[in-house]
Amino acid sequence: MNPQFSSQNTAYDVAAQVYERLVATERGGSQVIPSLAESWTISDDGLAYTFKLRRGVKWHSARGFTPSRDLNADDVIFSFLRMADENHPYYKVGGGNYQFFGEIVKPSFKSIEKLDDYTVKITLTRPYSPFLSALSVEPMSVLSAEYADAMMKANTPDQINQIPVGTGPFSFLAYQKDATIRFRAFADYWGKKVGNPDRMALVNDLVFVITPDAAVRYAKVKSGECQIARYPNPGDLPAMRSDPTITLLSGTIADQSFLAFNQQKKPFDDRRVREALVYATNIPAIIDAVYQDTGKQAAALIPPSLWSHDDKLKPRPYDPGKAKALLTEAGYPTGFKTTLWAIPVVRAYMPNGRRAAELIQADWAKIGVEATIQTYEWGEYLKRGRAGDHEVGMFGYTWDYPDPSQILLTGWHCDGVKSGANRARWCNKEFSDLLTKSSTISDQAERTKMFVRMQEIFQEDVGGLLFANASAFTPVAKSVKDYKIHFFGGQPFYGVSLAK
Amino acid sequence: MLRFVLTRVSLVIPTFIGITLLAFFLIRLVPGDPIETMAGERGIDPARHEQLRKEFGFDKPLLSQYGVYITRVLHGDLGKSIVTRENVSTEFAALFPATIELAVCAILFALIIGLPAGILAAVKRNSIFDHGVMGVSLAGYSMPIFWWGLLLILLFSVQLGLTPVSGRIAVQYFIEPTTGFLLIDSLLAGDFDAFKSALSHLILPAIVLGTVPLAVIARMTRSAMLEVLGEDYIRTARAKGLAPIRVVAMHALRNALIPVVTVIGLQVGVLFTGAILTETIFSWPGVGKWLIEAISRRDYPVLQGGTLLIGVVVMSVNLLVDLLYGLINPRIRHH
Repeated sequence: MNPQFSSQNTAYDVAAQVYERLVATERGGSQVIPSLAESWTISDDGLAYTFKLRRGVKWHSARGFTPSRDLNADDVIFSFLRMADENHPYYKVGGGNYQFFGEIVKPSFKSIEKLDDYTVKITLTRPYSPFLSALSVEPMSVLSAEYADAMMKANTPDQINQIPVGTGPFSFLAYQKDATIRFRAFADYWGKKVGNPDRMALVNDLVFVITPDAAVRYAKVKSGECQIARYPNPGDLPAMRSDPTITLLSGTIADQSFLAFNQQKKPFDDRRVREALVYATNIPAIIDAVYQDTGKQAAALIPPSLWSHDDKLKPRPYDPGKAKALLTEAGYPTGFKTTLWAIPVVRAYMPNGRRAAELIQADWAKIGVEATIQTYEWGEYLKRGRAGDHEVGMFGYTWDYPDPSQILLTGWHCDGVKSGANRARWCNKEFSDLLTKSSTISDQAERTKMFVRMQEIFQEDVGGLLFANASAFTPVAKSVKDYKIHFFGGQPFYGVSLAK
Repeated sequence: MLRFVLTRVSLVIPTFIGITLLAFFLIRLVPGDPIETMAGERGIDPARHEQLRKEFGFDKPLLSQYGVYITRVLHGDLGKSIVTRENVSTEFAALFPATIELAVCAILFALIIGLPAGILAAVKRNSIFDHGVMGVSLAGYSMPIFWWGLLLILLFSVQLGLTPVSGRIAVQYFIEPTTGFLLIDSLLAGDFDAFKSALSHLILPAIVLGTVPLAVIARMTRSAMLEVLGEDYIRTARAKGLAPIRVVAMHALRNALIPVVTVIGLQVGVLFTGAILTETIFSWPGVGKWLIEAISRRDYPVLQGGTLLIGVVVMSVNLLVDLLYGLINPRIRHH
């Protein structure tokens, strides 16, 4: 129930209704907008972020706690320090595992200070321009310092992790394990005074009904028991489209799905071999067979749902003749043997790894490359992939916050070769230098130019084989108005209403 | 009798140790790393990975991990879930009433239909009814629970709109758990509409979970009845001119029920196995669904603790049946 500890979408979904952060991502979009901070300034050296907090922001109540004051700088400072300062009395409460903060924010976080009751200043150790958008993600939620103090005094400090008290449009009502999570529209929500319906709870009661089976979720919407069913079975999509009782909403998610050629292993260190394999793969056929209409062929490393996506790039066409010529030039006129890892789980970015692998295997056989398909249990697959056991493997990433650098830094920077997160172990110095530099500049126009150049480099140097930009789908009842599929962090249910 | 009880109880100890061994080592034989699974695609920093391994005790040799585990179990500590960080026993206690409620309804359903069907099939041996009951029960026994559940949902909930699709109660009702049994809690709260809702949510899952026990009970009752109906004393009763219904109900059924009771006891294990799938299909918040999720997350403490607790329940029920049986039938306890 406390998003500071989690990197799971389910925890983000709860936090998206109850908690707020200094900044937010616009519902269904990728622009960072003000939230608990009304405005902010970034110093010229990119090291200091000063946030002006909104006034009149009320806190929810909970068992044994009634707030006596509005949100102020103390709450923001508490929320940061309980994750940053190992000596903070709340650091260990709940296990001390702040995954998102530890990996994304902490490496560049230096200090936080209160300039006055409604102004806080965060200082970084190095300029880090993705910082602002990282603050929009649920683990960076602002918690009530007064609630934490009260629970510490009552000797029940862990309650702040179990019963959330936030400032969001919905307040938390109850959680019945594995059954339901209930929320109620918060009457004193600040968004009401601002009068922005996009930030307000437009239904009185919101219930998450925990339903693991996709077919059952669909049946619940059809029978009218629920109004929104997330994560549908890809196989049910055609039926949903022709179903008169529901509307099928869709949107392109911010993801990457790719084939990583392990460039620390021969012959994949040779650019010509990688390019030959891209030419030899009939990607449109894979899109047809595997994604059907849930994905479009990707050409650029940054997906179209993020700013700085390069729409001028075109994918290499399917051309076995050219592939064969390139292989001959690289010294493999009769091809070679390799292993091809197929992803063992269903993901939006790769709905059927096995099927895709079989198609690739057949394509490559035509130029003499004999690929053996291999797979492992998911945790094992990730572990071995990190260790670089693969020769060619399918992998994918999904963005958490709307900054193009997030997944590029994780998955494609030279630094990632050592940690193994760079699955292709592709290290292009020009690409990595540009990426490092782009993180120190705040000017978005200038950063866009850099990202466009990085995408060109990736294509020229064949960093990997890109599959598709996948779409997410959500079937909703006809009565649901203004539901927007949200791609970064938790799915907001404020701004959504039901027609009578 | 005391010796009989002691023998039975002493058998529980090696079984208990066996369950802890199986639960502990089997899940570790399955490839997969809970920390990697938790971290997902983006992975986790190797130093942090090591730190978490240490925190969960995964860095120690397997035997010493088992030693730590068994010592804690003997002190009543089943550990904490890796994912939720909640005590395994607390989570189990919160979810178990839902499973019990479902299992009791399922076995009642199986008894109410299975017993009369088995008796009638035996009485009307080789009739169309007998063949029908045997055919249907064979089909019921062989039916994959997952498919059967979805079929019923599509027919009764989606097409006919007669029953709810899934869950324990409609979302508009919120009953604070007192006993954890929603049928009882809703009555205690005086909310009859909530009771009706809880009852209607039980129908399909109870049918699905009760199908296999129903088939077993019907077949077992039939064969036990057939055996008894061929006995001399039944012929004597008939020859005395007793009404057929009296012969069947008073003379035959009583004796035929003894093996049937044993079979019902054995169905407790079947019910728990079936609950895992049934709860998943019907989003029933019980221990079955909890264990399935723990497998995919490689949540070792939940799997170990959950398996152990269910094992203890099944063992206790079987022990109870054994003891009761010994009490009813003196021949058993002297063997």
